[in-house]
Amino acid sequence: MADIETFRRETRAWLEANCPAEMRTPPDEENDRCWGGRNWKFKSEAQRQWFEAMRDRGWTVPDWPKEYGGGGLSKEETKVLRQEMRALNCRAPLDSFGIWMLGPALLKYGTDAQKKEHLPKIARGEIRWCQGYSEPGAGSDLASLQTRADDHGDHFIINGQKIWTSYADKADWIFCLVRTDFSAKKHEGISFVLFDMASPGVTTRPILLISGKSPFCETFFDNVKALKSNLVGVQNKGWDVAKYLLTHERDMIGAMGLGGGRPLGQVAADAIGVENGVLDAPVLRADLARLEVDAWAFQLAMERAVDLSKAGQSHPAYSSFLKYYGTELNKRRHELTMSTLGSDGLEWESARSQEGDAPRAWLRTKANSIEGGTSEVQLNIITKRILELPGA
Amino acid sequence: MALVLTEEQNLLRDSARGFIGDKAPVAHLRKLRDTRDETGFSRALWKEFAEMGFAGVLVSEAHGGSGMGHMEAGLVMEEIGRNLTPSPFFATAMLGATALNKAGGARANELLKKLAAGDLLLALALDEKSKHAPSKIDTSAKKSGNGFTLNGAKTFVVDGHVADLLIVVARTDNGLTLFLVDPKAKGVAIERTVMVDAHNAARATFDNVALDADAVLGEVDGGAAILEAVLNVGRAGLAAELMGLSEEAFARTTAYLKDRKQFGKAIGEFQGLQHRAAHLFCELEVTRAAVMRALQTLDEAPEKAGPIVSLAKSRACLSGDLAVREGVQMHGGVGMTDAFDIGLFMKRARVAQELFGDAGFHADRIARLRGY
Repeated sequence: MADIETFRRETRAWLEANCPAEMRTPPDEENDRCWGGRNWKFKSEAQRQWFEAMRDRGWTVPDWPKEYGGGGLSKEETKVLRQEMRALNCRAPLDSFGIWMLGPALLKYGTDAQKKEHLPKIARGEIRWCQGYSEPGAGSDLASLQTRADDHGDHFIINGQKIWTSYADKADWIFCLVRTDFSAKKHEGISFVLFDMASPGVTTRPILLISGKSPFCETFFDNVKALKSNLVGVQNKGWDVAKYLLTHERDMIGAMGLGGGRPLGQVAADAIGVENGVLDAPVLRADLARLEVDAWAFQLAMERAVDLSKAGQSHPAYSSFLKYYGTELNKRRHELTMSTLGSDGLEWESARSQEGDAPRAWLRTKANSIEGGTSEVQLNIITKRILELPGA
Repeated sequence: MALVLTEEQNLLRDSARGFIGDKAPVAHLRKLRDTRDETGFSRALWKEFAEMGFAGVLVSEAHGGSGMGHMEAGLVMEEIGRNLTPSPFFATAMLGATALNKAGGARANELLKKLAAGDLLLALALDEKSKHAPSKIDTSAKKSGNGFTLNGAKTFVVDGHVADLLIVVARTDNGLTLFLVDPKAKGVAIERTVMVDAHNAARATFDNVALDADAVLGEVDGGAAILEAVLNVGRAGLAAELMGLSEEAFARTTAYLKDRKQFGKAIGEFQGLQHRAAHLFCELEVTRAAVMRALQTLDEAPEKAGPIVSLAKSRACLSGDLAVREGVQMHGGVGMTDAFDIGLFMKRARVAQELFGDAGFHADRIARLRGY
């Protein structure tokens, strides 16, 4: 324990010295985050400094092995680093689907050559990834996907369409589910391949959402060539990789339940007023207090999930619980944010409202319980795999 | 601290689970209820609790206890919850021991020894209103000669009709003071109140009860600090009890979903029930993390435990309430019968929620601490 306390002290001192003040404020939903990639332009000098300082320590991915660009920290040290970053309100130095989703899948299913090729570029923010999963006819029933990959010896030729591809228009590479066997049962003919979004035949079209923003795209593949050296896992067994990656995607989305920024109760106290220490809106106050209770307890549940996994006691479907609960909580938080802000929270365009930051964020959260498997799909998984109820 | 049990704690839980499940399953509660048992629990079983080291779980080894911690006490409470076991464990081993530990002094230490041996039963006489309100104390102890004169009325006194000593919270000149009161003293009247859950409770009235100076537990006017420690331990203990109760109700309910057939299949095949069961699972997991952290905090930094204990009690009330309501509904008609156990879980959950503040009380407390 002495070692971990030393690590904690040194980490805190290093963060205090290296995290610029600007990077210790909550990020705006879309605009303030650092995503990296070939075409990345830093939003500020502070963002660059913070990213580079963390990258050079391998702390964009603190728990990955050093040989793949990670920090080589133990789970215990990683936990301490996260705690200290939270204590100082440090932003993530790099947001990345490569870190959250593809990396863990490559670490488990990738060949050594694939790990060496792709992981360091993820860690260093050089390649930005997107996820080719959903299709127009394959949403909750993801395994019915129809994008086809025809075997041409050392490569596949890919044709088809994906949808809801987050940031496809900004991504450099895609990890993509394709059908490689059309005669097998739906789960058994799927493969997991990686290819460059700059390949001939790839086009993307952003989709305008209710938030007025376009984080998602339609993505079309017209005779796109993908090398077989970038097939992850076994051909036709890609569903295993896909499911494993989904558990990481669910952890990522579920973590939104933690919220961030100024506590909503204090926002409400300022906006609405307090009498005798109690918010001057009793029913809203009760809702806020109940949210605070659930959100605080959920934060502890997230912490426990890490501890359970460290102790080898975690259930493989636990991420479905975290995803379901975290996203429902986040939707509730944004509903209450809107109630708290009143008419100020309805402005869509003014500089005062940061171009409608609050209402756009509120609308964006409605996708949380749809993307990465709907809440109903998560409940199905819990029913079947944890509760083991019949016929699920 | 990691939110998982240590190896020693796992062993203790297994031994508590085996012992309590074997000696005092739900049938034990039924028997006490149906025979209108005068004590309301088994004194022989309490002696065995003492031999297991459970009565003195919070008493140091120097004072004859087993010197374990709040996490360990919580594990015992969880098994009590799982089996709906009527036991002096809550009022004596958790509340009483904490009050005596916190007060200190020669008399308290003597009493701790008897308590750990299973030879002393205590009861906390705190609430005066029907809703928990530890700040609303009208019971008063006025100086008279070398001692005090006690007047007032208390309600919801757990084990009040069997306790060897009552710990009475009373207002004195400059604050609250805790008094050790002999229930047989002149002017003390105790009425056992049979409750919906068939667990012990009583009303107590004090009519010009004469107390010696040495009846004071801790310092005169220094009762608030002791009371806060006692309430923290009690609330966390109840949260653990509710956790065990909820998980058992949930386990029985999912077993029933697999077993009961309608429309030619197990009712657990219907998605309408599946999703509600899965949601309940999630609520219980969230609560467990809060309860564990509260118990850990009582062991590591008890002076900071107030908010996290409120979180645990609030969450345990919410998810416990959901667990028993869904339990009865999913059992259908048989859930309404006295012969089936699920209703007993609902009854006990209702009482454990009301004791020491319900979900709303504790959510309100957290909001106040957060400045809204």
